[in-house]
Amino acid sequence: MNRDTRRTRVLLALLLITSIALITIDYRGGDSSPLDGVRSAAAAVFGPVERVAAAIASPVSDAVDSVGSLGDGRDEAARLKRQNQELKRRLRTGALDRHRAQELDDLLHLAGAGRYKIVPARVIAIGTAQTFSWTVTLDAGSRDGLRPDMTVLNGDGLVGRVKTVGPSTATVLLAVDPESSVGVRLESTMEVGFTTGHGAHHDLDLQLLDGQSTVERGDRLVTFGSQGDMPYVPGVPVGSVVSVTGTPGSQTRTAVVSPYVDFTSLDLVGIVVEPPRADPRDAVLPPRPVSPTPTPTPTVTVTVTPKPGG
Amino acid sequence: MPPARAVLAVVLLTVALALQVTLMSRLPLPGATPDLLLLVVVALALAHGPGFGLVCGFGAGLAVDLVPPADHEVGRWALVLTLVGYLAGMARDQTRRSAFVPLVVVAVAGAGSVLAYAGVGALMDDPNVTWGAVRSLLPTAVVYDVVLSAFVLPAVLAVARRAEADQAAFA
Repeated sequence: MNRDTRRTRVLLALLLITSIALITIDYRGGDSSPLDGVRSAAAAVFGPVERVAAAIASPVSDAVDSVGSLGDGRDEAARLKRQNQELKRRLRTGALDRHRAQELDDLLHLAGAGRYKIVPARVIAIGTAQTFSWTVTLDAGSRDGLRPDMTVLNGDGLVGRVKTVGPSTATVLLAVDPESSVGVRLESTMEVGFTTGHGAHHDLDLQLLDGQSTVERGDRLVTFGSQGDMPYVPGVPVGSVVSVTGTPGSQTRTAVVSPYVDFTSLDLVGIVVEPPRADPRDAVLPPRPVSPTPTPTPTVTVTVTPKPGG
Repeated sequence: MPPARAVLAVVLLTVALALQVTLMSRLPLPGATPDLLLLVVVALALAHGPGFGLVCGFGAGLAVDLVPPADHEVGRWALVLTLVGYLAGMARDQTRRSAFVPLVVVAVAGAGSVLAYAGVGALMDDPNVTWGAVRSLLPTAVVYDVVLSAFVLPAVLAVARRAEADQAAFA
């Protein structure tokens, strides 16, 4: 095995052919690939490993900082230094916890506004950028009631949809993945279109179906809602228009949309396990920022009356 | 194949894969993700040669293709990493000549893996593989992998040699 022998070359050819055969089988299979069983078995086995690894890895920056405090502690200065660092670490963890609580608060607020029944989950693993696809793994799975094609959101808006589900984990295809196509509706009008993504660092592209539609910078989008509410429930905020491209009167109008969700720092998300009974329309969008109207400055006239006897 | 080697390789690759998806891809870096798993495959190939390297590459690639959050065709990373393991193993004898050889191997593996994976995707009309995406990944992938290899390669090589020595002592 140490040298490039004839045996090694036979092995190389064998494994390359196996890989190509697997790719072909999986590619031909499409959505009902015969390898889906192997995939879910792998999720069942490796999902718990990822959960443990994520639990160890997430406070790793804290751990790196506190390594410096692992002195022998024989003298007072070292002891106090260590104590100080421990307190600093606690302070940081406290800030992290407060941030999480705020995220959960936002999520519950959004779910309440749209009357979505959600299951909360955290992102434990993210796909490598070199794989060219934008997917994340959540720490909730079929045991928590998750099924493929459920809508995933967070406190800011639409995150994506559930692609595959394991017993304790689920994989989400983000709305910024080029394979994601989300049906959307402009706020207050019934203009419909769909957005497609170009990765987490880029804005979404919007295509409106009606070439005559009027779309302006600052227009806000919510999901239109898919048939049977899968994969997207209606009314979830998606983003706002930052620029309009294309000319009116052409087949379709296109625009660039900045998503509400920051896809580069996803943590707490909610999976819609039960869609709302009625379309929440624009109820979930945050209130429009009030533009500062020029308030008339009151003119105060003070008449100084000389006090008697003053 | 001595069992100590195989056991060690499985442990190292499992840990690398778990850290790859939970820690490496969370780092707020622009462009590519530092590919810890690729570096462990390269290190094992440099330690034990092309035969061992290609088996490690195939196993690691198949794992990446299957475990969540994978959403691409099974076999794509297996194909790429099998080749990486084999070719890195071929460079093993050259590493004794110069300390720069492993760095060159890592740089070529980093760039080659991105190009090969994208190439397979292009053959299948993968809509995610665009020239723009490849161009933004390529330079950062090489830089991150070379920097990370300064820590990973010596560590894995030292552990691998130590395991060999222990094996020899028992025999």
